[in-house]
Amino acid sequence: MESAIQVLGVTKKFDTRTVLDAIRLDVYRGETLCILGGSGSGKSTLLRLMIGNLPPDGGDIVGLGKSLSKMTDGEMTEYRKSIGVLFQSGALYNSMTVGENVALPLREHTDLPDETIEIMVKIKLELVGLRRHADKMPAELSGGMKKRAGLARAIALDPKILFYDEPSAGLDPVTSHEIDILISDLNRKLGVTSVVVTHEMDSAFRIADRMVLLDRGKFIVSGTPDEMKDSTDPLVRQFVHGLIDGPLTERRLADGYEDDLLEGSV
Amino acid sequence: MLFFRTHMTVLLRPITAIGAFVLGVLEFLGGLAYLIRDTFVASRQGLFSRRAWRFAWKHLWFQADRVGVKSIPIVSLVMMCIGAILALQMAPILRDFGQVQLVANIISIAVFRELGPLVSAVVLTGFAGASIAAEIGSMVVSEEIEALEAEAIDPIRFLVVPRVFATTIMMVCIAVVGDLMGIIGGLLTSHFFLGLNYHQYLSRTFEQVKIKDFHTGLWKAAVFGVLISSFACFLGLRVTGGATGVGVATTRTVVLTIVALIFVDLMFTAAFYYLGL
Repeated sequence: MESAIQVLGVTKKFDTRTVLDAIRLDVYRGETLCILGGSGSGKSTLLRLMIGNLPPDGGDIVGLGKSLSKMTDGEMTEYRKSIGVLFQSGALYNSMTVGENVALPLREHTDLPDETIEIMVKIKLELVGLRRHADKMPAELSGGMKKRAGLARAIALDPKILFYDEPSAGLDPVTSHEIDILISDLNRKLGVTSVVVTHEMDSAFRIADRMVLLDRGKFIVSGTPDEMKDSTDPLVRQFVHGLIDGPLTERRLADGYEDDLLEGSV
Repeated sequence: MLFFRTHMTVLLRPITAIGAFVLGVLEFLGGLAYLIRDTFVASRQGLFSRRAWRFAWKHLWFQADRVGVKSIPIVSLVMMCIGAILALQMAPILRDFGQVQLVANIISIAVFRELGPLVSAVVLTGFAGASIAAEIGSMVVSEEIEALEAEAIDPIRFLVVPRVFATTIMMVCIAVVGDLMGIIGGLLTSHFFLGLNYHQYLSRTFEQVKIKDFHTGLWKAAVFGVLISSFACFLGLRVTGGATGVGVATTRTVVLTIVALIFVDLMFTAAFYYLGL
């Protein structure tokens, strides 16, 4: 299978802390890959590396056939025009209406006349079910609507790869399910490759073709949803099934909590 | 050995602190200089390209209205008060020499060369500088800047260029308004409290003020405009730590910009003095 993105031995550090440790990953064209992991495991950092917003400290990332670290400014611009990103909070521009948010990439990167841009905005908003909300400001939207509007903006330029950073974060179960259906629908209708960073297992099982689990900067398992469900690895089982007892809990208990309390230090 | 090492550490602490402070200042000034350079480089595409004519100028006029037009009432009020204060402070001294009519001459020079641009800039720092820093800082916190970068939209071209150019243009305009209101404040005070009639005051003003007094003030105003907006954008883009960081950036913008304005004004004044302007 052809790779849309290749992560080749990438390392990323912040000060002295190693967040990602020589990780390797292939994202295949057309698939929906879920990157799972607990809080602070490095998922969002990996996403930012793949969209070119952060440089790696070691290794390389190849996106759509080109090395990100060797791209010129022009090539990086073309790469970013080929991808779409839905940030955790939606990241809508608060000074613009929903319609203006979706129109912005079209205005900045194409010479289309205003009338054509208006039609395309309506098409994108219709795909996410927000066509009648084009004139609203982001502050007037609910959390789920902000995510939908962010998604409409992410697909404005018909990207080849879509990145989702915790798409279900902060949403109720019903809205979260609606967003998952939207992600699957877009994948099918637009034929895009999707990379979803999440720790919501229900969402991941609904949308993923393949899953990888990140723990302390390393991938510890990769497989289909069924393979993940049936895994016998204790850490994978604890994370996937949300078990109270397991390696993650033992790790937390072993980090000196009792000693800290007795010493009185914070 | 331990005793010696401990005492050396204590002795070296002030030196380390001074060194860290100097490095911090150099890093800040270097970053600010790079931002100003990048802004002017990006302005070619940001304001003068074919695509820019469609949208960027709309953003610029919006910023000009927000930064400049809306600050005119407050600048006018402040400068009228400044003119009145100058008149009332100088009159007793000049009266002792029988030269109270020179109030008009002194106010005109002080306002056109110094107080018009400088006081207007200080007011605009609080009015617009803090607002720009808070707005951009909030955008950093809510990932809007990251979203711009992910969409291949340069935040400098999209956000900083219209703000810097709008603030610079409007600062010059506001300086002119400030000059006028300072003269009017002095005029009204001199007429109602010091016994000078309007004709006397205005004829002395026009006698004293030369064109160089007017344009040196405007040059200062333009540079002040660049400083106010650059500081605000630079500190806004460096926000970390959520809402607390936005508050810190806003406060630092006002304080550091005012200090910079005074310092740059001193540089300009010294330069104009030596150049005979």
